Amino acid sequence: MGNWDRFVETFFNAKVMAKYWPDILSGLFVTIELAALIVVTGLIAGLALALLRSLGIRPLNWLIVFVVDLFRALPPLVIIVLIYFGLPSVDLVPSGFVSTWISLALVLMAFAEEIFWAGITAVPRGQWEAARSTGLSFGQTLLGVVLPQALRITIPPLTNRTIAITKGTALGSVVAVSEILGQASSAVSNSYNPSPLTLGAAAYLVLFLPVVVLGRWIETRFAWKR
Amino acid sequence: MTPPAATPIVRATAIHKHFGALHVLKGVDLEVAERELVFVIGPSGSGKSTLLRCLNRLEEPSSGSVVVDGIDLLDPRTDINHARQRIGMVFQSFNLYPHMTALGNVTLALRKVAGRGRAEADAIGQAALARVGLADRAGHMPAQLSGGQQQRVAIARAIALEPRVMLFDEPTSALDPELVGSVLQVMRELRESGMTMVVVSHEMGFARAAADRVLFMDEGMIVEAGPPAQIFAAPAQERTRAFISQIKHH
Ligand SMILES: Nc1ncnc2c1ncn2[C@@H]1O[C@H](COP(=O)(O)OP(=O)(O)O)[C@@H](O)[C@H]1O
Ligand SMILES: [Mg+2]
Repeated sequence: MGNWDRFVETFFNAKVMAKYWPDILSGLFVTIELAALIVVTGLIAGLALALLRSLGIRPLNWLIVFVVDLFRALPPLVIIVLIYFGLPSVDLVPSGFVSTWISLALVLMAFAEEIFWAGITAVPRGQWEAARSTGLSFGQTLLGVVLPQALRITIPPLTNRTIAITKGTALGSVVAVSEILGQASSAVSNSYNPSPLTLGAAAYLVLFLPVVVLGRWIETRFAWKR
Repeated sequence: MTPPAATPIVRATAIHKHFGALHVLKGVDLEVAERELVFVIGPSGSGKSTLLRCLNRLEEPSSGSVVVDGIDLLDPRTDINHARQRIGMVFQSFNLYPHMTALGNVTLALRKVAGRGRAEADAIGQAALARVGLADRAGHMPAQLSGGQQQRVAIARAIALEPRVMLFDEPTSALDPELVGSVLQVMRELRESGMTMVVVSHEMGFARAAADRVLFMDEGMIVEAGPPAQIFAAPAQERTRAFISQIKHH
């Protein structure tokens, strides 16, 4: 058997692939579900924290900055493992899925908060003053005048960060989440052949390549066009 | 010139403002009668903007009182957002909302603060834009407008709320010289329609033509006040004289 044949046999083994592609497909759906939950909850929580921070309540802001820095500093895998193996000691037993979801949502929340906050503070003071001078309240000004401008500048960095963190769903395989990588790994150990990993990589590409392209489009679409 | 009405629209008394250790306003008294145009001049940093911003509480005075149209702005029970509808403000840097059309800029507070429905707000907004000569620019974004047009939209945004007094903080200072005239023209028409106005500006020609009173501020105090002819031609104070000759020759 030549090198090429061995390579194909190892990574593109048709028999193994035929057997395990349904597993990889179900892994793809788990990854999609997990990613969607992380994106929605992480972004909402990050936006909520940034809006809270704009109220300018000192002790609250210290707390927010502390939490944000914490989750930006810790490696996501460490957070996942802490929640999965640590919470049961306080009688909460999150599944691997929930542990991964919470962990990555917290990480996304932290980075999103910083990005939203940077966007809010980048809006010139004059915008606040003009709106307030016409009688708009703080909340109306924040939501109706400042936030729409802030969102525009935050969308490109937010898109990139969201993609990066969502790819971390693969870490769920460490705590027995049957997402793409988890399914691929167990298929590899069952079949003694790495071809399922090839399928897994293909599944990630199918999922994330359109998202990356979409992100690129959003980036050009929202580039500050005043 | 209009004779002063019985109760002034603006009555600011003994206004002091500190920024930390910096004492920016040192006991300023200002009364503006209905339909009066008060023109404020003074060197940069003398506290003109701060004074103006105290009149709608964008800046909180450290002490003193500000009563506008009978409303005590510094009373904690005052609904400041309600009161501010009666006090229009125009800024040096226009401060239009860049993500909204000209009409959107004008109607935002009409809808959110004055509680008008969209159709009604749009009609009022269109009328305000027409008053500043921009009826045909309603659908334009601020970036598509010249500086002079942007400032006129900002004036429309303020007058659409039918304020009792308008505050102008150097409304033409950020404009190219050829665009200044259109804004001053709108201000003149506003003045002729009977609007009470406080204008911080260096446009002495406008002051001569339209101001009832000129105040000269320096170092946080009103040094001198009088009719434009007197302040510009024969100021009583040496500091005023020095300032006038400086802006005349620059
Ligand atoms: N928010 C602020 N914080 C600290 N200092 C300020 C602030 N606003 C204005 N000042 C200071 O107050 C002084 C008067 O400013 P300002 O009222 O803008 O003067 P003018 O409009 O006459 O140029 C200046 O020394 C300025 O630096
Ligand atoms: Mg100023």
